[in-house]
Amino acid sequence: MIEFLNFHLIPGVVLGSIYALGAIGVSLTFGILRFANFAHGETMTLGAYFTLTLILVTGWHPLAVLPAAMALTASVVLGIDRLFYRPLRQSPVIILLIASFGMMLMVRSVIQFGWGVQLRSLRPGMIQQPYVLFDTLRISPKHVLIIASALVLMVLMHLLLTRTRIGKAMRAMADSPELARLTGIETEKVILVTWIVGACLATAAGVFLALDTHIETLMGFKVLLPLFASAILGGIGSAYGAMVGGLVIGVAEELSTYPWIGEGPLLAPGYKAGVAFAIMVAMLILRPSGLFRGRVF
Amino acid sequence: MAPAPVLELDSVTGGYGETEILHGVSLAVKAGEIVAIIGPNGAGKSTALKAVFGLLSLSRGQVRLDGADITNTAPEQVVRRGVCYVPQSENIFPTLTVQENLEMGAYVRRDDFRPRLHEVYELLPELAERRRQRAGTLSGGQRQMVAIGKALMLEPKILLLDEPTAGLAPKFRHEIFQTIQGINRSGTPVLMVEQNARFALTIADRGYVLVDGSNRIDDSGPGLLANREVAQMFLGGGWADG
Repeated sequence: MIEFLNFHLIPGVVLGSIYALGAIGVSLTFGILRFANFAHGETMTLGAYFTLTLILVTGWHPLAVLPAAMALTASVVLGIDRLFYRPLRQSPVIILLIASFGMMLMVRSVIQFGWGVQLRSLRPGMIQQPYVLFDTLRISPKHVLIIASALVLMVLMHLLLTRTRIGKAMRAMADSPELARLTGIETEKVILVTWIVGACLATAAGVFLALDTHIETLMGFKVLLPLFASAILGGIGSAYGAMVGGLVIGVAEELSTYPWIGEGPLLAPGYKAGVAFAIMVAMLILRPSGLFRGRVF
Repeated sequence: MAPAPVLELDSVTGGYGETEILHGVSLAVKAGEIVAIIGPNGAGKSTALKAVFGLLSLSRGQVRLDGADITNTAPEQVVRRGVCYVPQSENIFPTLTVQENLEMGAYVRRDDFRPRLHEVYELLPELAERRRQRAGTLSGGQRQMVAIGKALMLEPKILLLDEPTAGLAPKFRHEIFQTIQGINRSGTPVLMVEQNARFALTIADRGYVLVDGSNRIDDSGPGLLANREVAQMFLGGGWADG
């Protein structure tokens, strides 16, 4: 039981929070711009590297430099949209999809060129004593930090989507871009805000992933599949779906290595990534609209 | 001289890309009127509405709003000039609540839309009861009410309705027509395309029969109802003597 909580459930919730933040961007871009953005993993990586540089320059805590890193990442993403995606806005979505694939390779190469390919730590030399709750539950401070920050960001996201004019317009456009246009919603402004929000949350996801493990140039690409699985599980275009989808996929991945039957792990840890893939395929076959499409909350 | 009609189509010709669907359609909606466009399937009825809203490219002719030329103006600009268009399908945002749908209808308003929200709820009390419900979970008739309410949020100069009762049960059809009459009485001219020609003509001041993308007959609502050719057309009669 203790092993289950400390080594599977808590890491699962941590990973799930990270996936949730990343998947919101994937889902919103998919819903509003109508294409699967393969470069979203690279946005996470870029955000983490901007954070690394800001930490090295200022010596501050990762959370303190996070807003600045978000702003830098969002500007790069907006520049990419202006130069590459916007001219293709009227093209078939398959063209945008392939463009985003190219963008993924380009951004990654630029990161590798600029920061190098070696594995690094976001906060070197820091070993923290875990908090112990009820004598058994051990949770490290960085995990508390990740889960709490992710929660705050998700609440902010909820407020944006339900309390502001532009947030409601984002949901409207994810529902129906054509009707949004007929209604007089400024679609380019909605797209702009979608990129900014997606980039900010991706930066947070990248930083939290780097805090949890380490920072390297392939980190974003490696979680791209779980991000897509989360977005599809929750229902494309639904930010709430992406949050729930991310948590489910993260927890499912970690629980898959728990010794449910017999002594050894149910799945060898090497197959963890397969869990997200299996859930995604099952979802696409059984309920392609996802868990949250058109449901009442 | 009589004031210019609120909306006027003058020999409008156009279609989608190379395909020409309208071959010179002319019609007018004057202040306070309900005008119905009827005609067989594929006559270009819905296309005529889309022509007003800038959804197809017009090669000849003119669309005028209060006498001003709005030919080939983009939809997002046409909305800002006070024309509201309710498409036949996909006319609501299903994951938004009823109230959020109405708020989106007021998106282009810069002033406080809350008094208007209140008025729309008074006009469509059914929506007020369901303001927090997701629009996608409503019945077909209620969705249509949301779509119409959403358009009314702008206090439009003219309301364009594309088949407002398509696929609805007779009970709801009746309700929608009553709502349209109510909206009209409060001062909004309505131009609507309708399959249920008889119903439409009973509430319409004037009607236009379109066939193959051109005007066939123009008359008052009662006049069209009494017209033998129209009766034949909508009673399933042939065109042998037409």
